[in-house]
Amino acid sequence: MPKQLLKGNVAFAEAAVRAGCEAYFGYPITPQTEALEHMSKRMVELDRTFVQAESEVAAINMVYGAASAGVRVMTSSSSPGISLMQEGFSYIVGSEVPVVIVDVMRGGPGLGNIQASQSDYNQITKSAGHGDYHPLVLAPSTVQELIDLTTLAFDLADKYRTLVIVAADGSLGQMMEPAELPPMRDLREERPSWALTGAKDREPNLISSIYLGADNLEMFNRKLQGKLALIEKAEVRYEEQFTEEAEIVIVAFGTAARVAQTAVKHLREEGLPVGLFRPITLWPFPEKALFELSQKTKALFVVEMNAGQMLHDVRMVVGIDKPVKFLGRMGGAIPFPDEIERETRTLFEQIMTAEME
Amino acid sequence: METSMIIAGFGGQGVLFTGKLLAYTGMDEGKQVTWFPSYGPEMRGGTAHCTVIISDEPIGAPLVAEPDIVLALNLPSFDKYEPRVKPGGTLVVNSSIVPKESRRDDIQIVTVPANDVAEQVGTPKMVNMAMLGAMLAYTDVLSLTAVAEALADHLPASKADLLEQNIQVLQEGARVATAVTKPVPV
Repeated sequence: MPKQLLKGNVAFAEAAVRAGCEAYFGYPITPQTEALEHMSKRMVELDRTFVQAESEVAAINMVYGAASAGVRVMTSSSSPGISLMQEGFSYIVGSEVPVVIVDVMRGGPGLGNIQASQSDYNQITKSAGHGDYHPLVLAPSTVQELIDLTTLAFDLADKYRTLVIVAADGSLGQMMEPAELPPMRDLREERPSWALTGAKDREPNLISSIYLGADNLEMFNRKLQGKLALIEKAEVRYEEQFTEEAEIVIVAFGTAARVAQTAVKHLREEGLPVGLFRPITLWPFPEKALFELSQKTKALFVVEMNAGQMLHDVRMVVGIDKPVKFLGRMGGAIPFPDEIERETRTLFEQIMTAEME
Repeated sequence: METSMIIAGFGGQGVLFTGKLLAYTGMDEGKQVTWFPSYGPEMRGGTAHCTVIISDEPIGAPLVAEPDIVLALNLPSFDKYEPRVKPGGTLVVNSSIVPKESRRDDIQIVTVPANDVAEQVGTPKMVNMAMLGAMLAYTDVLSLTAVAEALADHLPASKADLLEQNIQVLQEGARVATAVTKPVPV
């Protein structure tokens, strides 16, 4: 396929179609609505299922139902809509059914605004609903990566029978970039053996998150934790740029990482040894790689479009003694590279002064 | 080589499409591009803008504090973005409806009566093409021929009959635009 100029929201929706998504249930919300709009045309055209639900709560429960029937299914929304879906997320994980969610994050709290933000980090990586679990969270930084990770999300959801969230933001959803879509996959012909397909000529399956006895529920939780441990071992993804012999490493994901990338390029041109560490999986967080990198650097500099949410994960990994600087823009503001450059230069000066003392 | 552009004006003046056209042209020439719109509670007559970056290398930040080129289609856009043009950059002003002159002496100022050009050669809606023609005449990021080709390839089918007129307005904008790089007397 040649490259096309694609808007992020349209790109991930079409990527889902091509990954074999058979059903989409959603509710419009800016800055994600073009995805729903694209699905409303494409799914009908392909004789698949599209429903514009009456609310996000309804949409996520339709998703839960379809997933229980073994149907490849997704929804997408933006921060306030994602908050409304929390209960459904928990049931989905508690029932071990595969579901893909795309969160095109916007400024909060509350109704907030419709500009790009990364302030759902804690909400989507730490639990995304009640109970003990983490969804698998993928954070793209370009339209191409948004396509690639949406495709991957379906495979990971199926592989682990769990919830996979693609963490995009208003900037990625609204921007256009040249990108290549993957070829159309055939739809799955058979439903998974655990799915609710009508129990004709077989024992009935049960999809449920209810375990009334403490013993049973603890046993299920142990199994779930075992699965999460497996994911932590096998699915960590990250990218490093210019980290060889870097004295300061900027840690950023998604759109903030793109801005940091420009800053790193400029600072390298000035001769400053700066690198970039970009987590692609926000959960599992790339702990080991970041720890090893931090051992070789003098300081880390976390840049986020929130008040410092990933910052806690970074601090946990590198320990209390390592200097960690933070720059956060909130409420839908996107940093400019020069802010990051200025702060990095100051950090260098501080390190040099400290070394001389 | 990376060139950043902000195209700004009233909603309905075609600023978002102008940005898309630049992005398509850059992409068709094998370059990296990003198109980033203002979005949300916008309306016809309100303000709209987009940022386009065209580069030989992968693009990081999709927004810029100091754009290389600004197309100011109306007065509010002139007021907002004239101070932000990068020193050495270019400001294109729609002199039909912007009654101000820039006093900056560190940028190239291109002036074009875009509303008049559009009305005389095409339709009043083609202000954006007159502005774009003026920009292409005095910058070297993309050629007018390449933009005209991209226009033929990407103009929505419903507007295909307006292609020739669009190209004529583009050419006329390029022809009548004037540029100043020396300080404007105070």
